[in-house]
Amino acid sequence: MAISAVSATTLREAPPPRRQRLLEDERWLAFVLLVPTIVLLGMFIAYPFIRGILLSVTSSRVGMPGDFVGLANFYKIFNDGIFRTSVYNTFVYTGVTTVFKLALGLWLAMLLNRNFRGKAFTRAFILLPFIIPTVLSTFAWKWMFDPTFSVLNWLLYHFGLITGRINWLGDPDLAMISIIVVNIWRGVPFFAISLLAGLQTISPELNEAAAIDGAKPWQRFWHITWPLLLPVTMVVVLFSVIQTFADFQIVYVMTGGGPANATHLFATYAYQIAIGTGLLSEGAAIALAMFPVLFLVVIIQLLYIRRVEVR
Amino acid sequence: MTKVTRRNVLKGGTALVGGMAGILATGRPPAFAQGTTVHWLRWTDFVPASDQLLRNEIAKEGEKALGIKLNIETINANDIQARVTSAIQSGSGPDVVCVLNNWGQLYGESVIDVSDIAEELGKGQGGFYETSRAVANDGKKWIAVPWCIVGLQIAYRKSWFAEIGYTDGKFPQTWEEYREAGKKLKAKGRPIGQTLGHTFGDAPAFTYPYLWSWGGKEVEADGKTVVLNSPATVESVKFMVAFWKDAHDEGGLAWDDSNNNRAFLSGTCSATLNGASIYIEALRKPDTYKTEAGGQLKDDILHAALPKGPGGQFSYHVPFSNLLMGYSKNQDAAKKFLGWIHSKDVYDKWFVSQKGFSVGPTTDWEKHKLWGDDPIMLPYKQAARTGRFAGYQGPSTRKAAEVVTKYIIIDMYAKAVQGMPAEDAVKWAETELKKVYV
Repeated sequence: MAISAVSATTLREAPPPRRQRLLEDERWLAFVLLVPTIVLLGMFIAYPFIRGILLSVTSSRVGMPGDFVGLANFYKIFNDGIFRTSVYNTFVYTGVTTVFKLALGLWLAMLLNRNFRGKAFTRAFILLPFIIPTVLSTFAWKWMFDPTFSVLNWLLYHFGLITGRINWLGDPDLAMISIIVVNIWRGVPFFAISLLAGLQTISPELNEAAAIDGAKPWQRFWHITWPLLLPVTMVVVLFSVIQTFADFQIVYVMTGGGPANATHLFATYAYQIAIGTGLLSEGAAIALAMFPVLFLVVIIQLLYIRRVEVR
Repeated sequence: MTKVTRRNVLKGGTALVGGMAGILATGRPPAFAQGTTVHWLRWTDFVPASDQLLRNEIAKEGEKALGIKLNIETINANDIQARVTSAIQSGSGPDVVCVLNNWGQLYGESVIDVSDIAEELGKGQGGFYETSRAVANDGKKWIAVPWCIVGLQIAYRKSWFAEIGYTDGKFPQTWEEYREAGKKLKAKGRPIGQTLGHTFGDAPAFTYPYLWSWGGKEVEADGKTVVLNSPATVESVKFMVAFWKDAHDEGGLAWDDSNNNRAFLSGTCSATLNGASIYIEALRKPDTYKTEAGGQLKDDILHAALPKGPGGQFSYHVPFSNLLMGYSKNQDAAKKFLGWIHSKDVYDKWFVSQKGFSVGPTTDWEKHKLWGDDPIMLPYKQAARTGRFAGYQGPSTRKAAEVVTKYIIIDMYAKAVQGMPAEDAVKWAETELKKVYV
């Protein structure tokens, strides 16, 4: 008895194995838990990003590693008219679509926040443009804007609104409008559903109290809903700006950057130069030129969100 | 259900180790790993019957004759370059890639010298067309084996041109005549259909010979001195602007290589520069494609060469050539395969399935009895003889391929058509060319 009691005590007091001890230390545990994320981020974000930077300062072409050329590629693209058009297009594309996506998304979210029959079904239905693979839906849009067989032209013609054909994708301005329309169509559900989630966290009592005090619907929206929704809105806008700024699929499928480079964005132009023409380093420089802008947008918005949260 | 026991696992493990030891001892892979597979990436042919033939018959014959399994993958032609680039950069992918135009020149450092196969093919089959040589030879060696040339001619509606005076199958001979004819046809809602978009075939095949026919050219014979900004080029651009407005379907700015096929087959355009795919499709489905009078469309299609300009009459046909990739681990098998598929008997089957859409890479194929089958296809028979290629007056080098893949010549015309003054459009294109030809 005595012996076993002694041995039990000894066992209990023996220090745990080293590995276990390390994991009991919170700092180590946190590190271990973070490792998978760090590895994934490193492999799929940091590594390609650094490779991109390294590529952009060389004269690399397909199949040829090239030499170090410093900032020559950046100098070259800043003197390139098509690149400047792409920059302009990207800002217009992102700016216009974000405003429309926010306005329409918010409007839709407010409507969906009401009680009505078939609410769940409608909410699911609204998500469709977001769920369908972009390339697939964009092909459908391409057909709708087809220079010869456009169903939109057919409708407008049969309603007597036009007499000739509208050259949707052949005219530089109309082509820009067309891709903007498709982007808005695809992006509104994301805004609507995210903002709807935000709206549902706002206590209805606040609105009711304001209504009792005589606040009109517009006043209730402006002084209660909008300020409370702002943090969510900022995050949604942030995500959307990043995605839209780096958009590729819609433009690639709809216009391929044409007519005559009129609708190129950063990503599509980078693709044409790097993949089509094989100038990998120049393509990398074009793609990287996006980075400072996006970085700035992210910083400004995150700072703003923090300020709102602190307040 | 088999029960997993320790004994079974041990047995399996012993067998595996024993097997591996056997392989290592003899230095021979087991029988199932011996059959080599050659992965061939091609475009999705505009003549679907040819893809079926390759998959169903030729692949099987190849396996029987060479012991090589053929894995044929077809993708949209405009996506081939993306695949080649990623394959070269990652060092793995298809063993053989069939590329279009002079794209092969972009990948010259990443492919195997195939001079032995190409020289033998040229010697044995009547000599290569100049276009075949221009795109697949870098001046020192063959970087690709020329596969075929898709001839481009204007497909036009016989009856509609007859209505405006071009009876008996006649066709406008000069750009002026073509513009006048197009003007009359457009007034009747039957414009000429042409792409000025970013696409691989019809757009360069229209704009390059158009430029040459006015006397314009990219560079001097040295392949360096850019001379695009000439009065001849400016004239050609000015004429194009008016020609486009008067005679063309203005949606063509956004067309790819398939839009004009659809437009012609549905009766919304009267003439378009194209491979023979429109006619071949109309032949394949005679009861689907009808004229407005109810007749079969195939009987109302004729083919003609691009008209003459002040600088002469030219054409650009789309050549295809097979690159044997440097990273391929099956180079010997791939070489064997390329030699075999170009042997007369095998290539003949594929050639016949094309019904004249492609001419061979060498002149011997002009003698094929296929050309006697259908007089409508005759204009394609010798089409490749008149072809110049991108980069003229210099050789069709990597630089020329860059110009093609950046669509500079096409965009020069497209910009002017969209309203940029002709002089500015030419100046813009010249600046772009100078950036390439540094």
